Amino acid sequence: MEKPVTGSKKVFMTGNESVAWAALAAEADVMFGYPITPQNEIMHYWARLGPKYGRKFLQTEDEISAGFTVCGAVIAGKKAFTATSGPGNTLMQEPFSMAEGMKLPTVTVIQQRGGPSSGTVIYSQQEVTLTTYGGNGEGHRLVYSTASNQELYDYTIKAFNVAWKYKFPTFVLGDGYQAKMREPLEIYDPAERGIELIEPTPLVGVPGQIGVDREPQHLCNIYSLEEELYEAVMHLQSEYDRISPEIVEYEISFVEDADILVVSHGVVSRSVDDAVEALRAQGIKVGSFRPITLRPFPTQALLDVLGSGVKKMLLVESSYGQLFRLVRQEIYGETVPIETLFKPGVGIIDTDIIEMIANMI
Amino acid sequence: MKLVRVALAGEGGQGVQSVAEIMAEAAYHEGKEAIYIPNFGLEQRGGVSIAFIQISDRRIGAPKFSKADIVVALSRRAMTRTHTYSGPETIFVYDSSFQLKDGDLPSQCKRALDIPAIEKSKELHTRVFNIIIMGAILSLTDMVAVEAARMALVKRLGYKFEKNPELKELNFKAIEVGAELVQKQSEGGEKVCAATK
Amino acid sequence: MVQPVMPKTWYRPTKPHKFCPGCGHPLILKALGEAADELGIQNQLIYGCDIGCSLLSWDFFAMDSTQTHHGRTTPVMVGMKRARPELICVGYMGDGGGYSIGSQHLVNSAIRNEKITLILANNTNYAMTGGQLAPTTLPGQKTETTPLGRDPESTGYPVMGPEMISAITGAGAYVARGTVSKYRQLKGFIKRALQNQMEGNGFSFVEALSTCPTNWGTNAKQTWNWLEDNMQAYFPTGELKSPFRKED
Repeated sequence: MEKPVTGSKKVFMTGNESVAWAALAAEADVMFGYPITPQNEIMHYWARLGPKYGRKFLQTEDEISAGFTVCGAVIAGKKAFTATSGPGNTLMQEPFSMAEGMKLPTVTVIQQRGGPSSGTVIYSQQEVTLTTYGGNGEGHRLVYSTASNQELYDYTIKAFNVAWKYKFPTFVLGDGYQAKMREPLEIYDPAERGIELIEPTPLVGVPGQIGVDREPQHLCNIYSLEEELYEAVMHLQSEYDRISPEIVEYEISFVEDADILVVSHGVVSRSVDDAVEALRAQGIKVGSFRPITLRPFPTQALLDVLGSGVKKMLLVESSYGQLFRLVRQEIYGETVPIETLFKPGVGIIDTDIIEMIANMI
Repeated sequence: MKLVRVALAGEGGQGVQSVAEIMAEAAYHEGKEAIYIPNFGLEQRGGVSIAFIQISDRRIGAPKFSKADIVVALSRRAMTRTHTYSGPETIFVYDSSFQLKDGDLPSQCKRALDIPAIEKSKELHTRVFNIIIMGAILSLTDMVAVEAARMALVKRLGYKFEKNPELKELNFKAIEVGAELVQKQSEGGEKVCAATK
Repeated sequence: MVQPVMPKTWYRPTKPHKFCPGCGHPLILKALGEAADELGIQNQLIYGCDIGCSLLSWDFFAMDSTQTHHGRTTPVMVGMKRARPELICVGYMGDGGGYSIGSQHLVNSAIRNEKITLILANNTNYAMTGGQLAPTTLPGQKTETTPLGRDPESTGYPVMGPEMISAITGAGAYVARGTVSKYRQLKGFIKRALQNQMEGNGFSFVEALSTCPTNWGTNAKQTWNWLEDNMQAYFPTGELKSPFRKED
């Protein structure tokens, strides 16, 4: 069958559309989804494009079902994914928790909307805590926070590979702006960029005759004894710790001589970039640190930057301290004063940050 | 070219989103950076529809902005809804047919510009009302060349143009008409907003 | 010592099983095991079990198996079947998992006529959690959360699962209710529910009336009487919907 994306081409499309193309290019087999704004067009494009390339789609009865059907398909050895937002993300914490407990390489795209409750259908960065540490577990998940439609494409492809290589539930954390805006990006066949796609492997229905060639597969997620669960969780933790250094990603700019370090993630980091550039033009020594992986967090990289003479930090986010709490737990013991610019559920632009920094000097 | 920011607002059915998309796409085909984002709150099911467009030679930061270079309000409701995007450097465009009351114009703008686009579209064809508006916006900035806008129109409506070549001419004419309206009104002197009076 | 005859698809290292004496689950699972033996589908059948007492069967079979969450076995099996239609996906759950917390999944997968097989054990209570009210609890029946007996005025009447499923499924669906007291009939229903999936006809659903002496607080004789006199009187057994000809 022909490839959905051949070579490389420039396009002008929404983030939702770019996710659908990326999932096709990553050879995802099946999507399960339930309508919720602002992620709907991921399903719309997939439902139209998928069948042309032998891919499957099912609109389930709710987000709980979408998450668990993804788990089922992954257990059966297929690259399966879903996409959701807000209250849907809340409902999906149950299946994500099963994926954590059973080390299932599920892939989920979250396009954050305003909360709590139904909130807005527009935009926020308020699903950081839920996506990184939701569920009744220890947050054994891989979470990429994207800042552009190009990154939605790049990291959706990467999410499938990382999920199936490391066997942890993997998330691409976007937002309503990225979902709905059109901007230029390049879509490409991963093979053209030297990206080798990882083949999925089944956990059940594996080759060989039971009792002759192999034992039956018995997958469990509930334990009779505390000690059994402890062993299982500690195993997950040690696996997570082992692979984290290979996974962490971040972006830094103008940090070498920065007095003030602005920390942000996702689409807000674009405004930070503009603000830093404008302030540097005025001779103000400002730098930027942007974690791309929120789980695992690029802790050492941030500590290194802080150790190079940063006098103050500014945390900027479209939520009331969700990134702030992540950062604070990771740099526990550091004494650099932290100021904050929290705008829950509202976009942040460069002038907001410039004003804030003017007050900090 | 420096960053140009446009907020375009109107009632559902006035073609606000589609014309915003055409302009952004035209800029993209010119090799510029472009972001187009619709307001997609619950208002998309009734109420004022707003499109945010940013075009630049360089990478664009935030997808939204606080003050626009050009605000276009295609209904009276849309005027008050878009006050927030009008700052001291903003050209605030609205239709001449609106019976303005106190408070309809924003407290801040560089220039308030009314154009008889609704009236003119009745002469030409009501279907091209939004294209007239596009012509007006293009003539106020250097964000997209007219030729690129024409190409984007052909790309979008090509299948309709093939069936009906007159439609193509009508659309191209609408771009010109929009520019002429701006020209004419500008000759008649400039209005300013309350706070800048 | 003579070993009891076990189905080939039972996994011997996990026997004796973990269910209480007098529990109906092992009989239902024996019927499933024998049906799988007879159909020769040990290597194709994927067994998914719910939370509740059914979870104790996670390593019961010499067949690939997975646990899920309470009520979520249905969507897991749906996802699996959609991903790999060649697998024979069988979900096993209790009345709480199927008719209460997972009812939206049961109803919607039935409406979509998903080509999976679900077997639901109806023992009129939540057994694993200590004997609370279930959607299937009989009027007047005492449970931990209805200590004075179930009052339909306050908590409704017992759900008639197969009747509901047969009303909402399309052509090709197989729906039956059996009881562990009529083992041969129950095994026949389960076998047909598997065959129906193998033929790709549609949704297959078997409710099995089962026993729970531990939570009923009954001795052997009382247990059997409760099942045959009370439950079978309320929940009629038989096939409600079948694409197979009668003589099959």
